[in-house]
Amino acid sequence: MIAARGRPFPLRFFEYAGGLVELLEDSLRYILTLRFRPSQVLSQAYFLIVQSLPIIVLTSGFTGLVISLETVAQAVAYGFSNLIGGSVAYGTVRELGPMLTAIVFAGRAGAAITAQLGSMVVTEQIEAYQSMGSSPTKVLVVPRLLACVIGLPMLTIFADIIAVYGGYYMAWLQVHLSSHAYWNSVQNFIGFDDFAKGLFKAAVFGLIVALVACYEGFRTQGGAEGVGRVTTQAVVTSIILIFAFNFALSFVLFR
Amino acid sequence: MVLRSDDVDTSVMVSSADRETAAAPGIPPPEDVAMSMQHAYLLYGKKTVLSDCSLDCKRGEVTCVIGLSGAGKSTILRLINGLRRPQGGHIYVNGSDIVGLPERDLIEVRKKMGFAFQGAALFDSLTVTENVSYPLYEHTKLSPDEIEKRVDDTLESLGLSDVADRLPAELSGGMQKRVGFARAIVNEPEIILFDEPTTGLDPIMTNVITDTIRTIQSKLHATSVVVMHDMPSVYAIADNIAMLFEGTIIASGPAKDFRRSQNPIIQQFLQGSEVGPIPL
Ligand SMILES: Nc1ncnc2c1ncn2[C@@H]1O[C@H](COP(=O)(O)OP(=O)(O)O)[C@@H](O)[C@H]1O
Ligand SMILES: [Mg+2]
Repeated sequence: MIAARGRPFPLRFFEYAGGLVELLEDSLRYILTLRFRPSQVLSQAYFLIVQSLPIIVLTSGFTGLVISLETVAQAVAYGFSNLIGGSVAYGTVRELGPMLTAIVFAGRAGAAITAQLGSMVVTEQIEAYQSMGSSPTKVLVVPRLLACVIGLPMLTIFADIIAVYGGYYMAWLQVHLSSHAYWNSVQNFIGFDDFAKGLFKAAVFGLIVALVACYEGFRTQGGAEGVGRVTTQAVVTSIILIFAFNFALSFVLFR
Repeated sequence: MVLRSDDVDTSVMVSSADRETAAAPGIPPPEDVAMSMQHAYLLYGKKTVLSDCSLDCKRGEVTCVIGLSGAGKSTILRLINGLRRPQGGHIYVNGSDIVGLPERDLIEVRKKMGFAFQGAALFDSLTVTENVSYPLYEHTKLSPDEIEKRVDDTLESLGLSDVADRLPAELSGGMQKRVGFARAIVNEPEIILFDEPTTGLDPIMTNVITDTIRTIQSKLHATSVVVMHDMPSVYAIADNIAMLFEGTIIASGPAKDFRRSQNPIIQQFLQGSEVGPIPL
């Protein structure tokens, strides 16, 4: 998206955005008319979502630990220990949970999608689907898109819960904060709607990761080198878009 | 379709002298011509691959397209299948022009065509049997039993029964190629496109493949377009031969006349000589 390729940036930007929208439209045609195989969505969900669980658990766990670590020292020093649970939960559920999960997901699942589709382009498998009158969008994009849009919010639920528990563990470890004080603070600071809005963000990020990954994969040119190039590009582009959309969504949802 | 079938910059189109032939209305071919490519132009970026390329394939006959590597032979097959769109010219398949057809209508055209790719292009997550049955499940209303029988017969005729349950990665290149071949013909298509079906195969398998092409030909009365380099195989199967050179078909005609052609380019190609008009 950023790499210079001769033509002016605005032109390439709109071309890229148009390509993503076109891919989305094409996919929605199959999704809304239910022309996809649930079994394929499940097998993609297993590979993309379930197998991402360990890394999500690790990253969100450490995030919860570190927020709590930073907050506890400050809060105790200024006598605000009733804010600890709230600040961990607030930051996690509304911002860090969805966003960090999405970024880790872009690196793991997004890259996997692009590399797989890219090597299918290089080995003529995509053209083979087309030559048999099948739509690659229907066969390859739709199951991945659905798995990501449904699955990333689920991963985010895990991430939120683990981060908030991690925060509690850290607070207990440092200052023996009572569980009552921590969870009370959590409840005072966030409501169900914060949680739901965070999950909505996650669904949008899932859509971004899947669309960009598939689009880049289909754009592959050349051999193994080309696959490497688009895979990097897919991760970079989706991370940029995740940041941008996170800002825009927070602006709209949390005002 | 979402795949941009080409990164075409239409502004560079074709040179002005050629523009008239490219824009000229197509002429629907006679009934006995199953595929007619007329004045096709194809560019990748600024690189011209085909320019004013015309080729007719008679119904029920085998047309072999020969030419140097990188000449654009695979590109011709992709145009016929609608996988690429030419920047100019017309391509008639069974009497109707497929250039400009929307993707949805191209699907109908493609269902009646088989395409055996140069690199086999097998779906690497599916077994041999699943690969070969794919077009039948997609496009026919055959029962699973009928599909199984059809697939078994096809695999057997190509000596692939033993590997039916393997994954493509577990097969040799030659075997993969035969599976790709099986997948292209299992649907009994009207038009079959073979991209270098014998390249990389041993002499015995080469014979099996050329025999199979001839058998399918007499059984299905299909129209075959075969890209090949290896001249003995070409003479074994071709009814017609067309030679692609510098983006255009420089000569085409019945196989028996081709050998006697006085064209120095053709003579050099047939003899595999290093000296002659073909730049190395
Ligand atoms: N997708 C593509 N993008 C850019 N150039 C291509 C692409 N596909 C093929 N070409 C170029 O077009 C020319 C013809 O390719 P091809 O039809 O595969 O040749 P052949 O099959 O005769 O060996 C080659 O020079 C090749 O580099
Ligand atoms: Mg080729």
